[in-house]
Amino acid sequence: MSEQIVPHGPAAGTPSSGAAAGTRLDRWLGSYAQRTHGMRASEIRALFAVANRPEVVSLAGGMPFLDGLPLDTLSELAARVVTERGLQALQYGSGQGDERLREQILEVMRLQAIDAHPDDVVVTTGSQQALDLVTRVFVDPGDVVVAEAPSYVGALGVFRAYEAEVVHVPLDEHGLVPEALDETLTALAAAGRRVKLIYTIPNFHNPAGVSLSLERRPRVLEIAARHGVLVVEDDPYGLLGFEGEPRPAMRSLDDEGVLYLGSFSKTFAPGYRVGWVVAPHAVREKLVLASESAILCPSSASQIAISTYLATCDWRGQVKSYREMYRERRDATLDALAEHLPDSTWTVPDGGFYTWVRLPDGLDAKDMLPRAVTARVAYVPGTAFYFDGSGADHLRLSFCYPTPERIREGVRRLGAVVAAERELVELFGAGSGPHADRVESPGPDLV
Amino acid sequence: MTTSPRVAVLAGGLTHERDVSLRSGRRVAEALRTSGLEVSVHDIDADLIPALVALRPDVVWPIVHGPTGEDGAVSHVVELLGLRLVGSGPHEARVAWNKPVAKAVLERAGVHTPAYATLPHTLFRELGATSVLDAIVARLGLPLVVKPSRGGSALGVSWVTTADELPRAMVECFAYGDIALVERAVTGTEVAVSVVDLGDGPLALPAVEIVTDGPYDYDARYNAGRTEYFAPARLTPDEAAAVAGVALRVHHELGLSRLSRSDLILRPDGVVEFIEVNVAPGMTETSLLPQAAEAAGYELPALYRALVEASL
Repeated sequence: MSEQIVPHGPAAGTPSSGAAAGTRLDRWLGSYAQRTHGMRASEIRALFAVANRPEVVSLAGGMPFLDGLPLDTLSELAARVVTERGLQALQYGSGQGDERLREQILEVMRLQAIDAHPDDVVVTTGSQQALDLVTRVFVDPGDVVVAEAPSYVGALGVFRAYEAEVVHVPLDEHGLVPEALDETLTALAAAGRRVKLIYTIPNFHNPAGVSLSLERRPRVLEIAARHGVLVVEDDPYGLLGFEGEPRPAMRSLDDEGVLYLGSFSKTFAPGYRVGWVVAPHAVREKLVLASESAILCPSSASQIAISTYLATCDWRGQVKSYREMYRERRDATLDALAEHLPDSTWTVPDGGFYTWVRLPDGLDAKDMLPRAVTARVAYVPGTAFYFDGSGADHLRLSFCYPTPERIREGVRRLGAVVAAERELVELFGAGSGPHADRVESPGPDLV
Repeated sequence: MTTSPRVAVLAGGLTHERDVSLRSGRRVAEALRTSGLEVSVHDIDADLIPALVALRPDVVWPIVHGPTGEDGAVSHVVELLGLRLVGSGPHEARVAWNKPVAKAVLERAGVHTPAYATLPHTLFRELGATSVLDAIVARLGLPLVVKPSRGGSALGVSWVTTADELPRAMVECFAYGDIALVERAVTGTEVAVSVVDLGDGPLALPAVEIVTDGPYDYDARYNAGRTEYFAPARLTPDEAAAVAGVALRVHHELGLSRLSRSDLILRPDGVVEFIEVNVAPGMTETSLLPQAAEAAGYELPALYRALVEASL
């Protein structure tokens, strides 16, 4: 028998005599900055909680598959970092980043024909921080950022946090459509809007999977220059092409008009959180000061580890093995889509992690997600990749993490989900529509 | 004094409410540890039964929302292993968690509940969607609430004010399950009344009143700020007694044990409408049972410990 427990305290179980105000369970509700108002987790984000369970085939997350990394070698390398350069690795470093690493980054970028000076490089905590710094330095509330439709959800989150408005420009199988970009910039200028950045992912786009053709690259840069707008080239997947040599970066065509964002997260390992931005000198000065105010300096330990890795390991061989692995997964994805999603269409990526699937008319990828979760498969609804909550007729499939066998099984399950949802939508004649503006993307630790 | 009981908290599961369940489970486990108990937390997976067999905990507290948890399936397994439960038995849970079944049982016992129709999705295929939807609107009127017949956290729930919105609401609902409950929307004071039984019989905690700037949906439940809670609710003593009485009646009629939470609406004319009951109510930072307990003056660790000890 339990001990008697007795409630105590002023409320002691009696009805209120008429309390004036209730509680909103957040004492600081009145104190939040305006820019946090969109930071609300949606039920979609909650649904992703099952995706890390082994029963579920997750085609949702963007985690690279690291099992092929030479952990023995990396472990020796980590030990060497501490024994040989421990006091430097564990100390604060330069706000701009380790000089030796910046030189090595030039070597990496030379594969995409970028010619720069080590002073032009600012090392950041992943290229996500570079995106934050660039936006902080350039964007005032109400300014416009032009981005592809769809665009990277993490970039949209940054732009939203700085109270920018994102105007989307369509892309097709050859990437951003130059004519549409020109028209959009002209219309925005006519409307008196200040456009600060054109944000683009030219290689193996997240989420669309397409790449900007070489023919279009100078045209996009010419249009941007004519309108006086800076281009932010976000290129985490540039070395992960499945065919031929890496494409020359847009930055290789224009030193002054392009900020180039690079990353080791996809070509090596995201856990180090090392990325970089290449910028013209005046911009770079501001980025360094902004970075110092945000984080003082990027992790010295991570930078020295990566620097040692680049100096002593066959990093080109590692990138090649990633490319081969992801190509095999891309092939499994596309073959399975052809077999199991007969009435959908999708992009054919020649690199990177993603394909962008358009569902049959009337289907809503967000409404369908609970059914998919029940069927043990997960994806990200297209709405996550639009600033205004449109895109519900699309979904993003990631092929980076699951094995080809799991991908085939996941797409098979997705095919059954789409068929069942389609039957239902046809029965009710209901279409998809825009959704409320909420955080709908999975967290970074989702497979 | 004997050694303190060992508790296995079950949380997670492969359901749409996994995230909420994990958060509830962590809160309860933490509170029980604070109270001095030895607590382990387990997901619902292939490791669970071997772990329970090896551990032989004195009592198991399932805080799994959604199927396999609230439907009593996991509780059934726990009983088969010869272990004791905190909470309702499997048979009672199965009735309570199926919203239309619980409504039917309670309606027969004289509890008011909004007029409703239970509609499996196959029915629409057989009879034609338009004619069924027309019949629903003609019979139940508008506005309506459409919800999955099972499940919680307002997932898949739509508030429908015009007939045009109904088809989309049905599609959203059927993404969560094959049976929809379409209910006449009732206006009034929305309250949740938690019932606990610490061994001396069921006791209603103070009602918690919920005021939102829109429907009490997932966003309003789990993002602090949009909902204003009054604990205790702003009710007259008679009203407070009426809602407490209905919650106790629900607990009794459905044969529930140890804890439950009834979601009720007090109409302006004083009638209390039963909406649904939870046998594994949410225990997160923003959940209603913990708020009610604190309003009653309970420290949560002591209350949860008492629930455990009463279940031994």
